[in-house]
Amino acid sequence: MNDVLLVAAGFILLTVAAGLVRVLSGPGDFDRMMAVQLLGTGGIASLLLIASATTVAGVEDVALGLALLAAFASIAFVNSARTDGPDASEAEDL
Amino acid sequence: MSAALDLFSAAAIGAGAFFFFAGTIGLLRFPNSLTRLHALTKADNLGLGLVVLGLLPRAGSLLDALRLVAIWALVQLSGAATAQLIGRALSRRGAAK
Repeated sequence: MNDVLLVAAGFILLTVAAGLVRVLSGPGDFDRMMAVQLLGTGGIASLLLIASATTVAGVEDVALGLALLAAFASIAFVNSARTDGPDASEAEDL
Repeated sequence: MSAALDLFSAAAIGAGAFFFFAGTIGLLRFPNSLTRLHALTKADNLGLGLVVLGLLPRAGSLLDALRLVAIWALVQLSGAATAQLIGRALSRRGAAK
């Protein structure tokens, strides 16, 4: 069963890593950020699978930290994109 | 009983991996940003949700199981907030052609 979990972890990680092609091709910054967010979620899923398959302590806490960082990264990105975008004047009236 | 639980875990984790796969394909192949956002949120919610569901029977204690659910709930909340923020920023920018 542990082998199944590790194979699933590797498969998910490879899949979301392939999604990083979107970071190269864009076209917009938002598309790039979405690919990074998918990598974050896939990383959390892989870490949880690895934590269950192995006996290494604390891997689940790493996943928890990754979840927190992904949330902050995305929200900070949207905030900064709104103020220096082409419609910055419009952002004032939020 | 244990074999049945293992089968349940493998099925749920397999389904979760499939949703990550489908989300990535959507992110790479869909024509514009809003449809790609749609693909991303499905992978976030269902992919991770099914993986966590599959891992729950394997959790050693109730506390471990609660921690798994808490991680999933945190990703759920941040994913929903981010999708909403990105969607609003995209529509303000008129990128959703």
